[in-house]
Amino acid sequence: MPPRPIDATDTSVVESASADILLDVQDLTVDFPTDDGVVHAVRGVSYRLEPGQVLGIVGESGSGKSVTSLAILGLLPRTARLGGSVRFRGTELLGRSDHELMKVRGDKIAMIFQDPMTSLNPVYSIGWQIVEALRAHHEVSRHDAAERTVELLDLVGIPRPRERAANYPHEFSGGMRQRVVIALAMANNPDVIIADEPTTALDVTVQAQILETLKKAQQETHAAIVLITHDLGVVAGMADRVLVMYAGKPVEIGNVDDVYYRPRMPYTIGLLGSLPRLDATDQERLTPIAGSPPSLINLPAGCPFSPRCPMREQVCEREEPALRHTDGIEHQAACHFSGSLAAEDAVPGDLFAATSADVAEPMAVVEAGGGPSAVQPSVRRSRPGKGTTP
Amino acid sequence: MPDIDRDELSAPAPVHGTPTGAAPGGQPGIDVGRNPAGGAPLQEREFTVRVRTQREMVFRRFLSHRLAVGSLVVFVLLLLLSLVGGRFWRFSYADVIAGDYSLPPSLTHPMGTDGIGHDVFAQVLRGSQKSVQIALLVSLLSTVVGTVIGAVAGYYRGVVDNVLMRFVDLVLTVPLIAILAVLGARVSAKSGNWLIVALVLAGLLWAPISRIVRGLFLSLREKEYVEAARALGANDGRIIFRHLLPNALGSIIVNATVIVAVAILTETALSYLGLGVKRPDTSLGLLISDGQAAAQTRPWLFYFPGLFIILIALTVNFIGDGLRDAFDPTQTRVRA
Amino acid sequence: MLSYIGRRLLVSAPILVISSFLIFVLVAAAGDPLADLRGRNPPVPESVIQTRERLLWLNHPLPNRYWHWLTGIVRGDFGPSIKGVNVGSDLAHRMLVTGRMVALAMILAVLFAIVTGVISAVRQYSGIDYTFTFAGFLFLSMPVFWFAALLKEFLAIKLNDSLGRTVIYTIGDSTPDLSGNFFQRLPNYAGHLVLPTIALAAVTYASWSRYQRSAMLDVLGSDYIRLARAKGLSRRRVMVRHALRTALIPLTTIVAVDIGAILGGAVITETVFAWHGMGEMLIQSVTDQDVNRTLAWLMVAGVVVILFNLLADLLYAVLDPRIRYA
Repeated sequence: MPPRPIDATDTSVVESASADILLDVQDLTVDFPTDDGVVHAVRGVSYRLEPGQVLGIVGESGSGKSVTSLAILGLLPRTARLGGSVRFRGTELLGRSDHELMKVRGDKIAMIFQDPMTSLNPVYSIGWQIVEALRAHHEVSRHDAAERTVELLDLVGIPRPRERAANYPHEFSGGMRQRVVIALAMANNPDVIIADEPTTALDVTVQAQILETLKKAQQETHAAIVLITHDLGVVAGMADRVLVMYAGKPVEIGNVDDVYYRPRMPYTIGLLGSLPRLDATDQERLTPIAGSPPSLINLPAGCPFSPRCPMREQVCEREEPALRHTDGIEHQAACHFSGSLAAEDAVPGDLFAATSADVAEPMAVVEAGGGPSAVQPSVRRSRPGKGTTP
Repeated sequence: MPDIDRDELSAPAPVHGTPTGAAPGGQPGIDVGRNPAGGAPLQEREFTVRVRTQREMVFRRFLSHRLAVGSLVVFVLLLLLSLVGGRFWRFSYADVIAGDYSLPPSLTHPMGTDGIGHDVFAQVLRGSQKSVQIALLVSLLSTVVGTVIGAVAGYYRGVVDNVLMRFVDLVLTVPLIAILAVLGARVSAKSGNWLIVALVLAGLLWAPISRIVRGLFLSLREKEYVEAARALGANDGRIIFRHLLPNALGSIIVNATVIVAVAILTETALSYLGLGVKRPDTSLGLLISDGQAAAQTRPWLFYFPGLFIILIALTVNFIGDGLRDAFDPTQTRVRA
Repeated sequence: MLSYIGRRLLVSAPILVISSFLIFVLVAAAGDPLADLRGRNPPVPESVIQTRERLLWLNHPLPNRYWHWLTGIVRGDFGPSIKGVNVGSDLAHRMLVTGRMVALAMILAVLFAIVTGVISAVRQYSGIDYTFTFAGFLFLSMPVFWFAALLKEFLAIKLNDSLGRTVIYTIGDSTPDLSGNFFQRLPNYAGHLVLPTIALAAVTYASWSRYQRSAMLDVLGSDYIRLARAKGLSRRRVMVRHALRTALIPLTTIVAVDIGAILGGAVITETVFAWHGMGEMLIQSVTDQDVNRTLAWLMVAGVVVILFNLLADLLYAVLDPRIRYA
């Protein structure tokens, strides 16, 4: 286990001076014992959420981002082993009984899941399901609950809400169903809404609508939002802070501007480079990251990103870097060389070669014999010979 | 069910295990290559992924199911015993050993003798031979017929499906036992009558299989690879045999084992009622029918035939269950 | 919804009619009602044979016979029996006898299947799961006649001995010449019902239990259950109102569709306990080559199966809104 970074503690001193912390996640770990070994799905996630803040958690599938949120609400299977601490308004949530967590779920912390087609129970009307959510936490009459349901449906943009409350989920489109799910999440004015890949299963055109609905939900409830996604574009429009996860651990955390314009970890840089942009000139090619995420059962020592990292050195394979401050206290990155990245103000094209094929070796534009300090801000159209063979 | 021929080691870790190109030597792995800084070559950072065929995977999964494997062993033994045991045993089922009546189990007569002097073990062997013969034949025939009809109905849908399924409904309308009773009363005590019982059973038991296969084909044909195959010019036959059937094979095999068990239970029930295999031949059902009155006084006449039936059916059912898990392990995984 | 019911009825009617024809052909081909007369020694006079022939319309071609029989059935006349029994009233009485056993056994089996299936699913891979699963497999592999005989020989006698009087009966469906009103006769009926019902229920519940277990496992792993929990609902509410409610739907179809097999099991069970129900009627009519009686039995069985299939479709539509508008 890598040593706890001293810097993080400094951060906590600074942040606790600000407004009350809604959600305080400290070194959360989740392990799943399986037939093939223990899967270390989450290996030490820490973040803080303030009221009204939007935190975007970004990462590939398998990075542990969804598991983190399920762990907060205690929705993981019984076999999961949790460690660390999750405090909501100062009260510890981990290890609480189901009975106690019941009061928090849906009332103080609400969750939105990924696939709207399967999130709703097919045999009950959507109105019934919203009323159920309301009456689970408040003493309201059925009539009042029904009225509130219509209000909520209207808020999320369901046309003719009064009529449609009696309809069943299969009578709605995917986008509409997701709005219903958002309405469900909003119903009891929660303090935190965790949206786990709310747009992934939807068409691109619908995605924007759902994000708008989510923003509206935030305005209505003044809730803080944890927005989990693998889509950097989704996060850019909504988040105040961004947490980038890789192989079960955060590798970069900071304000959205910091992370997008001043990334200090090669993985983040790679992610940004893989993002197609409408405003890119046609001179620029995408710079994808080669390879695949590692297995979470047999994680080798050192930085889990090193096999795919163009900047790796011996130290990267020996020692897993801890989250350390880069520019400013609010921006942290887990890389041994974030300093040099800062110094060079690196952009994706500097590290990752533009290539149209997935290759076995990471393409590094690095002078042979030099370390990362030899990273040259190169011409963006550099095309090393090896990379283009399919 | 994996739709591709090759699959990978099923590590539950969310590895995007697509081989990123075969390194020379044919073993796909994430070859990390050299340290660009010029140092010693870096070791492999991820465990290599060995390619296994689907058949191998099913096999391995089945073998890990100890109960199913154990049942398979026992079943094979019972099979051998039933089919050829009678030839090697010193007594025949029809032999009347003078003086040896109503004897409890002993070394000479491991299952005792009945009131006339028959060796019960010989009788049980003969009876189970009949039952097993019938059950295997029924399973084979009904599976083949049921699969063909179900596949056609599920693949072509529309009118063909409707007509075939109405036909299936018809076949399934009257209880199996009743139809067998009606036909069975006619059948005389010839030596070939077990074949007739088998044919009749098969002639009725194909129907539930066809329903299941039809359901499978209905959903399988919607898969994208069918569309892809069609776009590449594959004709119906090729799609059915090369694409759909292999994917349905798991369920079909599992159902075939269920039919074996059902056939044994049905045939013995029929013989019990006096409408199946008749004297002088014997069947496990017949033995029980004769032996039940003496269940208290001469329990060996009642228990051994019964336990034999249970053992055969039980092992078959366990094998079927093991096969079901082997072909579709999603139900046994711990839900994450 | 009504149109759905209407459509299902419309499909069932022709099936019923065609079934009746197939049944008729089957019995006509498989049986020879004159066999017992022809085979006798000393030979029976020709006039007797001819009388029966005329009685059973055997001198007419098959289609005419069929029509005659069918129109008779519709009017409630099942035709003459070789043994001189009034087929119709005998059938009605026997249906009641068998009916109570089948109904009770089905209820027991369903309850037991749900309980064991759900518990097995919720406590997957626990000791209880393995126990229930093994018991299920055991009963799945057990011939009902053997189990029934076992119950008869051992359970009944032991229990009756220990209680000092006959509480559980092993022969017949009721004591003959029973007096008193319905409620006074009830314990007697119950005493006769116990063993056959247990036997039939035991072999029936097993496959349903497996089915329910896997249906419940499927549901428990689904997204909407996770959402229900995330809403803050109590575990019990999620389990009952969400999981169970949805997991029971496929079972209704299975139960209804298995009625044919249950009837078969009932026939066998009745034979073991010497009941004077449908089982005895089938065996007798088949052994006697009593065509009209056999036909009546098969027809009633067919109608029951078709009715239950309809019921299954109906229940499914009621329970699952997704198919109501299909």
